[in-house]
Amino acid sequence: MTPASIFNLRLTAVLGGLIAVMMGGALQARAQSVAPPQIAMINDAIEQGWADYEITPAKEAADAIWCRRVFLDIIGRIPNLEEQQEFASDRGGDRRAKLVDRLLHDDRYTEEYANHWATVWTNLLIGRGGGMDRRDLTNRDGMMKYLRDSFAANKSYDRMVYELVTAEGATKPGAAGFNGAVNFLVGKVNEEKAVLAASSVSRIFLGQQVQCTQCHNHPFNDWKQQKFWEFNSFFRQTRALRRFVDGTRDVEYAELVSEDYAGEAGDPNDALVFYEMRNGLTRVAYPVFTDGTEIAKSGYVDDVNRRKELGRLMLDSQSLDRMAINRYWSMFLGYGFTKPIDDMGPHNNPTHPELLDNLSEAFRGSSYNLKDLITWITLSRPYSLASVLGSNNQIDDPSIGETPKFSRFYLRQMSAEQLYQSLVSASGGNAQGTYEQQEKKRRDWMRQFVVTFGTDEGDEATTFDGSIPQALMLFNGELTQNATSIKPGSFLDRLSQSGRSARERLNRLYMAGLSRTPTKRELALAGELYRARGGKEIEMLQDVWWAILNSNEFIMQH
Amino acid sequence: MISNWKTPRGMSRRHFMNHMAGSTAAVSAAMTMGGAIAANADQMRRERKSAIMLWMGGGPPTIDLWDLKPGAPTGGPFQPISTSGDMQICEHLPMVAKQMHNLSIVRSMSTREADHNRGRYYMHTGFVPNPNIEHPSYGAVVAHELMSQRPELEIPPFVTVGGASAGPGFLGMAWSPFAVTSSGRIRNLDMKLDGSRLRQRMAALQEIESGFANRTRGLPAGEHGKVLKKTFDLMTSSQMEAFRVEKEDEKTKERYGTNGFGQGCLLARRLVEGGVPFVEVDLGGWDLHNNVHQTLSDTKLPQLDKAMSALVEDLEQRGLLQDTAIIWMGEFGRTPRINQNAGRDHWARSWSCVVGGAGIKGGLAVGETSSDGMAVESEPFSSEDLMATVCKGLGISLDTTFMSKNRRPMKIANGGKVISELVA
Repeated sequence: MTPASIFNLRLTAVLGGLIAVMMGGALQARAQSVAPPQIAMINDAIEQGWADYEITPAKEAADAIWCRRVFLDIIGRIPNLEEQQEFASDRGGDRRAKLVDRLLHDDRYTEEYANHWATVWTNLLIGRGGGMDRRDLTNRDGMMKYLRDSFAANKSYDRMVYELVTAEGATKPGAAGFNGAVNFLVGKVNEEKAVLAASSVSRIFLGQQVQCTQCHNHPFNDWKQQKFWEFNSFFRQTRALRRFVDGTRDVEYAELVSEDYAGEAGDPNDALVFYEMRNGLTRVAYPVFTDGTEIAKSGYVDDVNRRKELGRLMLDSQSLDRMAINRYWSMFLGYGFTKPIDDMGPHNNPTHPELLDNLSEAFRGSSYNLKDLITWITLSRPYSLASVLGSNNQIDDPSIGETPKFSRFYLRQMSAEQLYQSLVSASGGNAQGTYEQQEKKRRDWMRQFVVTFGTDEGDEATTFDGSIPQALMLFNGELTQNATSIKPGSFLDRLSQSGRSARERLNRLYMAGLSRTPTKRELALAGELYRARGGKEIEMLQDVWWAILNSNEFIMQH
Repeated sequence: MISNWKTPRGMSRRHFMNHMAGSTAAVSAAMTMGGAIAANADQMRRERKSAIMLWMGGGPPTIDLWDLKPGAPTGGPFQPISTSGDMQICEHLPMVAKQMHNLSIVRSMSTREADHNRGRYYMHTGFVPNPNIEHPSYGAVVAHELMSQRPELEIPPFVTVGGASAGPGFLGMAWSPFAVTSSGRIRNLDMKLDGSRLRQRMAALQEIESGFANRTRGLPAGEHGKVLKKTFDLMTSSQMEAFRVEKEDEKTKERYGTNGFGQGCLLARRLVEGGVPFVEVDLGGWDLHNNVHQTLSDTKLPQLDKAMSALVEDLEQRGLLQDTAIIWMGEFGRTPRINQNAGRDHWARSWSCVVGGAGIKGGLAVGETSSDGMAVESEPFSSEDLMATVCKGLGISLDTTFMSKNRRPMKIANGGKVISELVA
């Protein structure tokens, strides 16, 4: 396999600083002097675990790989060539801290940051299928708008939770009394005594899985059936009302309201609910928070607004902090401190209990500033490690059921949304049209990967899971067609007219997709492709770009 | 770890790669080899077994379908009718009744998982959910065990129609369900590229793939390569004809029912004929907390009656039923007690599943429940037992043991015991 002659150039620093940094390998000192103390706290706790298990962590990831990683996790896409160049040309010891700071605080990233996290949280709160059906009360645009505004303003986490749990108003942007936060609960309160509202709020924000306890005591944790219906009682004043298009039966939007509740015995001063135990006996429940705190039994909203009381009680609960930490940690590191992350409690011991406690306290101490939390995690040592399973940390493999020790960065697949944004960006940022048009396009594309299970609880799965439909989409789909287009003005067209040599253009192509330069063998293969394409370089670039976009290395967060 | 794409047998990868650039030699070599395999196919076809699962998402009220309690306070309004087998079933399943000599009801299913996700997992795998290990589902296990009977198969061995089924667990992504809609249409199948150029691109891709997998030495990186190979096989295979359910004549389509589930069952038959060892067809909407009986008689049962009876009849007429196991089930049954909304809630303690085909005897009702349906009054059977019975019927050895990724041995069907009345 002799490389074609055009590739027989000596390796010169054609990309200037970029390659020099990559070859330079691991970075050394960061600006420890100004680093927040929470970073050292994370490092100490994780390193202690390595010592306990006598394992050696992976090496630091190369700068360019780390840069790709942090772009994907913070703003939901890979960096383009210019952004990589900007990072690489910063020679300061604190360049990683500066990049995280740019992604979180620089105006040019505000929109992407807000959009990425709004997408992540929309999927969490209403699922990938929520608001996708016309008959659905949930308005996906409304949910996204509320979350985008919240993340753009860096609203504190506790305030956001309070707003989502207590929201009243209309679902649809532009409707009178619009409050996008209502979309979290609007589809969960009318059916089956608001069981879904209770189980979603407790699972997503408190890390407590209670859905089974509606029918019987939980087999593994200390949730009893009584506790479920007490928690559920907080949602019984809540109703979702349909608002129709004038003169038709088409639902235009829905409104989430709090109404006086008479209880199942018909006495609003003593608004109780009944539930049936498995032995057939009937029992009574009133609103009681998970820690045993009771509120007034009146069902009159003027006496007591049950969801507002719940919101207040949740803000005082340590479960709120711990769930947030476990969730954010798992989003960045691939695994949380418990498995699953949203089933926490005495029955499920965390892997790093002290770190979980301390981070939770620090998060509360920072007034629930999500950008602070992201800074601590992304600048920590475990986040900076290479994704390589070495001989001295072989036991650290959660993919086979071992508890995570965070001695390497765990490989994981990008989400469908991250892939979409990355492909759009990697194709030269040719996102066209307004936000609404782009969002519609993205949603139509996402739809193909959602599968529902036909239950009342709206359970769903995604086929964007590394299986064949995903591979077919990347092989042949429109997104790939666009990304690999060689039409005038396309990314490949512009690339083919840049640089001084084919070698340099190939370097750029590999950097754009994989944040590394090609190996010798990869260059040799490109040479063969060049000949097979009859010397048309742009077609060779097209073949290589197609291969890059379809590779594990591209689709994995690593 | 990474397989070679379409490298003809007996040819090293290096040799193949040398052919790769600009030539069509590799393509014709591959075709020749394919022909050699075809010669053996007839004998293989005679021996091969398959299974079709009819998955009733949401949890069907089996007390209203297969184990009626007429006159009991829990019984509901439906009356039982005679069947061609040795049991009675619901009056709203008259066409299925004529096929019951081919199917058996297990009336003494008794399980513990009454949550949708947990029940779906347990019934699909024979294991209760465990956060530290993912168990392979029916489809993955059956496909994995029966693949040796069909070396010529180029399309996915585990297809799920109209649903998501359950995953391959520790058997790896290459055994995950291939999800299609009942129309059989598959997105993004068009190559829009000539074959030799695609092969050249695949070679460039393989270089990146194996480089990355070797560098990181993690499982997910290697699994990706196996899926790419399967995808490539499928794109270039004439066996994809099996998915073209629209090619069936109108009369047949009509017989199965012109709705998603009916067409899904017809697609399942085509796929089994085409060599696919496991197909799941989903019919959702059984989570009937409200108004259960009207929904059953208006929509659910007529749909099920048509499609299920057509499938069994059609398989029998084509001589396929003796080699094709049928499994009808959901995640659990529903409460005998009818709730205040005229619905039934989740209930796992006493319910029914239906099986037949392959080596499984038809026409029987195994086990019984109390007069109100609240309790099993004979030997109770579990998901494991049912799975063991199906495996036995398919000729899969129950001594089969898998090794999970963390080196724990796992017996097939979780060591369940065969329901002796149903298999010889």
